[in-house]
Amino acid sequence: MTLDIHKIRADFPVLDQQVNGSSLIYFDNAATTQKPKSVIDALSHYYASDNANIHRGLHALAERATNAYELTRTKIKEFINAPSSDQIILTAGTTGSINLVAQTFGRANFSKGDKILISNLEHHSNIVPWQMIAEEKGAIIEVIPVDERGVLDLAAFRNLLDASVKLVAVNHVSNAIGTINPIAEMIQLAHAHGAKVMIDGAQSIAHLDIDVQALDIDFFAFSAHKLFGPTGVGVLYGKRELLESMPPYQGGGEMIKEVSFEGTTYNELPYKFEAGTPNIADVIALSAAIDYVNALSKEALFTQELALLAYATEQLSTIPGLRIIGTAPDKIAVISFVIDGIHPQDLGVLLDKFGIAIRTGHHCVQPLMKRFGLPGTCRASFAFYNTLEEIDLFVKALRRSINMLQ
Amino acid sequence: MAQSIQETQEELIEEFGLFDDWADKYEYLIDLGKKLPNLSEVFKTEENVIKGCQSRVWLHAEKQGDQIVFEADSEAVIVKGMISMLIRVLSHHTAEEIIQADLYFIDQIGMSQHLAQTRSNGLLSMVKQMKNYALAFSAK
Repeated sequence: MTLDIHKIRADFPVLDQQVNGSSLIYFDNAATTQKPKSVIDALSHYYASDNANIHRGLHALAERATNAYELTRTKIKEFINAPSSDQIILTAGTTGSINLVAQTFGRANFSKGDKILISNLEHHSNIVPWQMIAEEKGAIIEVIPVDERGVLDLAAFRNLLDASVKLVAVNHVSNAIGTINPIAEMIQLAHAHGAKVMIDGAQSIAHLDIDVQALDIDFFAFSAHKLFGPTGVGVLYGKRELLESMPPYQGGGEMIKEVSFEGTTYNELPYKFEAGTPNIADVIALSAAIDYVNALSKEALFTQELALLAYATEQLSTIPGLRIIGTAPDKIAVISFVIDGIHPQDLGVLLDKFGIAIRTGHHCVQPLMKRFGLPGTCRASFAFYNTLEEIDLFVKALRRSINMLQ
Repeated sequence: MAQSIQETQEELIEEFGLFDDWADKYEYLIDLGKKLPNLSEVFKTEENVIKGCQSRVWLHAEKQGDQIVFEADSEAVIVKGMISMLIRVLSHHTAEEIIQADLYFIDQIGMSQHLAQTRSNGLLSMVKQMKNYALAFSAK
């Protein structure tokens, strides 16, 4: 199946606009993806027709809202091939999901001297929650190093693994440089040493096929807004025995079975971890995003993205003084680069004047930037709705910007 | 008698009025950035760094007579261009004048986006810091 990109672009209203006098070129998809009209419509339809609080009301609106909300859970389950819907916990985002695991699994399982392995590629969201619980519990964080290409050092990982490692928390794909980590192999190795594995799937969910059972993942987290869905919704998948053994996270409505002043019994999965009225509208709209991706075929989307990556890598390599940061053999369509003698911020400002949105800075991975000895990079990140023509315009604008700055 | 803060702002507005398109404007700004003398390394201290900018920005202030003199630097040349204008407008004025200054020229020359409160932009913090120095000096 080949994609009709022209037709696809028409599904994303935001793409059709002028920015600073030029047609918008949106290359900041690793920060957030754009939303198809069906997602935007689902949001407004919910508020216009079905708005009600879920799970408790007996009336028609409450039933419609509850059904739509729970249908999303089922679709997520299918999308990542989880064994059952009640292992899909709805959160506020990847960050929320990781904090949940740190504060429940971590609180129940880490003790003094236990190790948590993270990698040098991690986003601050997959560093700080572990530091917080490690400090509280006296656990130790150790870091899997990366090589010059931005590839994890698996030999070092093997050496770090021992019986004191309780959890390995790594991203599936690096947000800053696009490296795809060999998580299947890493999970096997970790399990052989009795460690559990949490995968931060923020950057992989929209760009790789995810099968949590085939990969034998213990915890998997992602955000809806990086999957063409709304902001404010995240997912935590966990193995049943782990989720059941974990204490609740936040207390409140929905997560309880019975409350008295003498004590409270907690609800079953997944509600045990979903205190309070959730983000109903955005969860329901995530359904539309999943439907959209499924209807186009993931295969075709990924093929288009890899074509963009190959073409952009080739074109950018022709620019004198440009160095691509992150040259792993397995990458998603993310290119980080620096140019000799030019600060990334200057390029970001000028490219914006050409209507081009890229990201500049440290990308919330300060330890990784330190590893490469850089204050930051420019990052162009693509999605299937981007085109080769946009890459040509981007490279042209980049050359012009470099000329202005040199 | 040096010119007033308002006079310098009017001068800048006139200079930028000569440019028809954004590229000329930015080339001028980049040029201003390149021409601003580098801050001496002794002043590039952690204390002098302005927080909240994507590039590192350093600001040094000292009192000469009843005037405050600013020197500053940045790793990014466009930011440095903006800094150069701020120095031209505010440096060599009294604390009172700096505290009272309404920096309307930034908006008038079409650079107000550089004052946006995004995390990547430190110009707003730069202006705030210059005024803070003025406040601190006037309290002494």
